[in-house]
Amino acid sequence: MAQVLPAERDLRRVIGDGESVPDGEVEGLDESDLLELFRSLILLRTYDERSVVYHRQGRIGTYAMFWNHEAIQAGSVHALADEDWIFPSYRESAIGLLRGMPPATVLQWWRGHPSGWWNPADYNVASICVPIGTHVPHAAGLAWGKKLRGESACAIVYFGDGATSEGSFHEGVNFAAVTGAPLVLLCNNNHWAISTPLEAQTRAETLADKAVGYGIPGVRVDGLDVLAVYEATREAVARARAGEGPTFVEAVHYRAAPHATADDPRAYVDLERVEQERERECVGRFDGYLRRLGLLDDAAAAEIRAEAAEAMRAGIAAAEAEAPPDPALLFEHALVDPPAAFAADLAELRAILEGSDAK
Amino acid sequence: MASLTLVEAVNDALHTELERDPNVMVLGEDVGRAGGVFRATAGLRDRFGPDRCFDTPLAEAGILGAAVGLCMAGWRPVCEMQYDAFSYPCLDQLITHVGRYRWRTGGKMEFPVTIRMPYGGGVRAPELHDDSPETYYVHTPGVKVAIPSTPADAKGLLAAAIRDPDPVVVFEPKLHYRTMRGEVPDGEHVTPLGKARVARAGEDVTLVAYGAMVPVAEAAADALEGEASAEVLDLRTLKPLDEEALLASAAKTGRVVVVQEAPRTCGYAAEVAAVLAEKAILDLRGPVLRVTGYDVPYPYWQIEDAYMPSAERVAAAVRKLLAF
Repeated sequence: MAQVLPAERDLRRVIGDGESVPDGEVEGLDESDLLELFRSLILLRTYDERSVVYHRQGRIGTYAMFWNHEAIQAGSVHALADEDWIFPSYRESAIGLLRGMPPATVLQWWRGHPSGWWNPADYNVASICVPIGTHVPHAAGLAWGKKLRGESACAIVYFGDGATSEGSFHEGVNFAAVTGAPLVLLCNNNHWAISTPLEAQTRAETLADKAVGYGIPGVRVDGLDVLAVYEATREAVARARAGEGPTFVEAVHYRAAPHATADDPRAYVDLERVEQERERECVGRFDGYLRRLGLLDDAAAAEIRAEAAEAMRAGIAAAEAEAPPDPALLFEHALVDPPAAFAADLAELRAILEGSDAK
Repeated sequence: MASLTLVEAVNDALHTELERDPNVMVLGEDVGRAGGVFRATAGLRDRFGPDRCFDTPLAEAGILGAAVGLCMAGWRPVCEMQYDAFSYPCLDQLITHVGRYRWRTGGKMEFPVTIRMPYGGGVRAPELHDDSPETYYVHTPGVKVAIPSTPADAKGLLAAAIRDPDPVVVFEPKLHYRTMRGEVPDGEHVTPLGKARVARAGEDVTLVAYGAMVPVAEAAADALEGEASAEVLDLRTLKPLDEEALLASAAKTGRVVVVQEAPRTCGYAAEVAAVLAEKAILDLRGPVLRVTGYDVPYPYWQIEDAYMPSAERVAAAVRKLLAF
């Protein structure tokens, strides 16, 4: 069980290196769980790599990649029940895929098309939070609200190392702690907030140490170890469901890709460190683990990769087949009960658009 | 009917709505044990329990942010911001999330959150207890804003806000919390959003006001008796604006003075003047004049009376307009 003080200095690890560091195992995970984790990793990796290509081809807009963040996302989601709510930041834009959301929906969001919106209640996945850390209070409120209703659902919220400097982060975590909200605070510490390094973000020795100030446990895991992330999240979820309140999980790694398609990290990043990080990238590590257990071979891996590739091909095709958004969508969903001005504005806009089409 | 002060009417509305709908809950700083610093929430914690009248940590963005999540969990949160000028941290949540979340779900998810707060000056308070921040809120898409001027409307508009499926902000004129008393309907009482009220009928000039400026406009109308017959239009809801009532009154009198306590530039009076310029220009016999606070920080209380729009300033504007 998690400690309240201090946070562990050594990162939790389960997956070995196939040489000097032996593999561990997570109790209670069977073969189908392990393969499902692998499928999730491949689906996210494929989504991410294809999205960068689609961006280069001009088929989606600016895109924030999550390459090598897949273990954090897949491992933590696997520890949740379907009733549990997910509050993603833009770095987890495609996390809904792990809840059955069609790739086309997420692609449309990145294409700036309103069909990229979804009903959070359909997947128990909140809308993507674009500002930094402002969704932490939402997750606290949802988790607290579920608890007040006597429901067993908990929530998980994802944010980066930079978010821990935000006021909203502080207010949200404190709110969750005070209300005993069943919440997992999953900090994706990739050491970079665009170009601002972690050491310029905080004087705290570890981010998990911040948990002490809120009176909640903080744990640290290797963010490239899907099983360690799973296990730490599972413990945090168990605490949440037992009425013991929130847990801060710091998943540590080093960002090995740009912040987004519009970013060139060569200006600021430690390129040597990036190379080291790429060598232990998270999908390959789990692939090796499964092969050492005899659970995966080339044929099985190829089949899983092909499935994901096909899902993306179908997804981008569906997204591109969507009709351009009608201007009525500007007005339709802003308010349940729209003011009269909306109808007048739309009528005037249509008349002008039709006039310019006629020219 | 009961004779209630304005803050008693707010309290009555909260009791009635929490009784009526088990999903309504109140959260804010000092709302529970203390019953609110103005006692607007007094008695709720005893009657409905500490979960439905919840004392939060001191965190205005946290309160409104948590309310977003509470909506997702099926609650109808009523957030109290303790004072106008302490509410600004909550604008972060209001602007970044509350006003746009429904749109981002394609209209599939509703956010029936109410934010209520005491606002305005004239109460001899320390700094930053006196602001009129309505414009910041009105300017945020996806959010409605109401400001009552009477005890009956304080109850009715708050009830309407709580029942509304969209986010609504209600500003309560704290100057009149205890200095104004009026007849308030018993039990359920709803004043529809978006409907203005002719507080006083007149022929020569329309004084457009809301909240604490309605009594100022009425005093100006009194002062003008014998010179001009002034109509006082209490907007009640700033967004959506009751354009029909505004245009009807402008058409009737041909002269409009808008009174607002907030600083002048880009204040709500500017919006009223713009609507009149767009839609009533041929009805007007002169320019739309504004009587507002000045474009300065809200002052220390020994000189606040000089800042506040007064009946004399309103009457002076009317005389200027009559002479145009």
